[in-house]
Amino acid sequence: MNWEAFWLTVRLAGIVSTLLIAIGIPVAYWLTYSRWRWKFLVEAAVALPIVLPPTVLGFYVLVALGSRSPLGRWWESLTGHTLAFTFEGLVIGSLLYSLPFAVQPFAASFGAVDPNLLRASASLGHSPARTFRRVVLPLSKAGLVTGFALSFAHTLGEFGVVLMVGGNIPGVTRTISIDIYDQVQTANYSSANQTALVLLIISFLLLSVVFGLNRYGLHRSPWAVGPWR
Amino acid sequence: MGGGAMAIKTIIPTSSPSTSSNEPVHPISADLEVRIRKRYLNPEGSFHLNVHFRALAGFTILFGASGAGKTTLLDCIAGLTDPDEGRIAVGGEVLYDAEKKRKVAAWKRRIGYVHQDLALFPHLTAEENVAYGLRTLSAPQRKKRSREMLESFRIDHLRDRRPSQISGGERQRVALARALVTEPRALLLDEPLAALDRPTKSSLVSDLRNWNQIHRVPILYVTHDGEEVFALGDEVIVLDAGRIVAQGQPHEVMRAPRLETVAHLSGFENIFDATVLALHEDRGTMACRLGSGEVELETPLVRAEVGSRMRVGVRAGDLLLATENPHGLSARNILPGTIRRLVQRDVIISALVDCGGTEFEVHVTLAARDALQLGPGKAVWVVVKTHSCHLMGM
Repeated sequence: MNWEAFWLTVRLAGIVSTLLIAIGIPVAYWLTYSRWRWKFLVEAAVALPIVLPPTVLGFYVLVALGSRSPLGRWWESLTGHTLAFTFEGLVIGSLLYSLPFAVQPFAASFGAVDPNLLRASASLGHSPARTFRRVVLPLSKAGLVTGFALSFAHTLGEFGVVLMVGGNIPGVTRTISIDIYDQVQTANYSSANQTALVLLIISFLLLSVVFGLNRYGLHRSPWAVGPWR
Repeated sequence: MGGGAMAIKTIIPTSSPSTSSNEPVHPISADLEVRIRKRYLNPEGSFHLNVHFRALAGFTILFGASGAGKTTLLDCIAGLTDPDEGRIAVGGEVLYDAEKKRKVAAWKRRIGYVHQDLALFPHLTAEENVAYGLRTLSAPQRKKRSREMLESFRIDHLRDRRPSQISGGERQRVALARALVTEPRALLLDEPLAALDRPTKSSLVSDLRNWNQIHRVPILYVTHDGEEVFALGDEVIVLDAGRIVAQGQPHEVMRAPRLETVAHLSGFENIFDATVLALHEDRGTMACRLGSGEVELETPLVRAEVGSRMRVGVRAGDLLLATENPHGLSARNILPGTIRRLVQRDVIISALVDCGGTEFEVHVTLAARDALQLGPGKAVWVVVKTHSCHLMGM
């Protein structure tokens, strides 16, 4: 069991899923309430990482982070090194990779809030922003927890994007799934087995929390916000 | 109203310091002016809401069948949807003016709106629901005001419960209290009492009346229950397919309906096409033939010509049944017929009587049915007072 890789992965997943709460809530808000006619294109783009081979996503992220892209150059002028093959680069790749796993449960739970409650809130003198904070968010707790847990679990198990963007630098970008791959390559099956089992158990527990929440609810209000709406 | 016995602890003086300090004191009589057009959809198709009225402080009933545009109208006033054109003002302040492109956002209008399904916040307790609209007050003020409101609506004991943990009538009280505590400039009530039993309803209505004795704001009250119109209304506006078809005091509008829509809504069970046969100006009556049958009725005189076609509405409860040909009655219309069938509704027996091809619905009591041994096939006489016949234009 490679604890260095384990803790690196947990740190990555923790940072990514926390950032995804901050990024995912505005995106999901927009997807839920916008009446823009081309909204479906954005929805499709957000959902892309679900179907795209991680290597394809990883490839584009690598290009975007490289020193030839504006983003890469900006980062290099700021920090003196490139984003590719760094932990920060890994975070950016994983944010994209796990975005739909946060946004979709968020948007589903926002959309499940009874519109009459929003109307009542407006009649009682609350702006849309305050209504969102005082009515929509509290009633979407399950969706928020679901999105957090799913993006955490999804980041925990990512492989292709990490390999493309991060490479395999111990302590910097070698995550647990890369570590398992390495161990199998060197025929170190018992160690691979151990690590794989840990990953399996953690993922199962996380998903159990998600489905348990959706099953029982906190207020017995609609918690029907499964990740796959 | 049976609610008179319920003593009300009267609430919140208008000059409470909390309002006078940070909000403008609105004028005593802030009337609501509405002149709007809007296209709306209901299950039967697309309609144009086209209304123009002024509601003074007190109850104004909006009466009409479902789909008449009542809810669309309230949504426009509350700012939850935009009219296509027109103007809405309350207490002199313009909330919406299509020409001047002025539109006040819903949350800045200070108009209370209680929707039929109440929309209580499920994650908040009754007290938190009531306090929700008091965001401009400090926390202790908010608590004080919402407690007072809960007490005056006699739901203080429920303050820590969630909406799912209280009864339907209690939820209605919470919803009303939540809207009233914000001291709205006008109040829109969309069938807020529809699901309540009668005693609960009348005690809530008297709570509302008491509140409005102090606050004097226009209350638009939507219903399609004719009884509520008489119980509540200072003024009634009848909507049909998006238009105002009648407006006035309830007894004017409902007792002498000039329009068939009002008659249907106001509970005329019997509506007949009629042809004017003769005018008796000296007696203030006229003779009409009903439909193509042979039944003739003496009705009150209205401005009409011989041969013109009218509609006659008669309430089933205004008709008498006799098992022998009666005499010595003041009623001018005594029509022989045969009972076709009897239907029991609660404690009312509804008898369908065929009088020479014209069918009347007559309401009698259970006791009358038994005493007269009424049943299908029995020969009876239907007695119609002249002034029970309400004439309507076609």
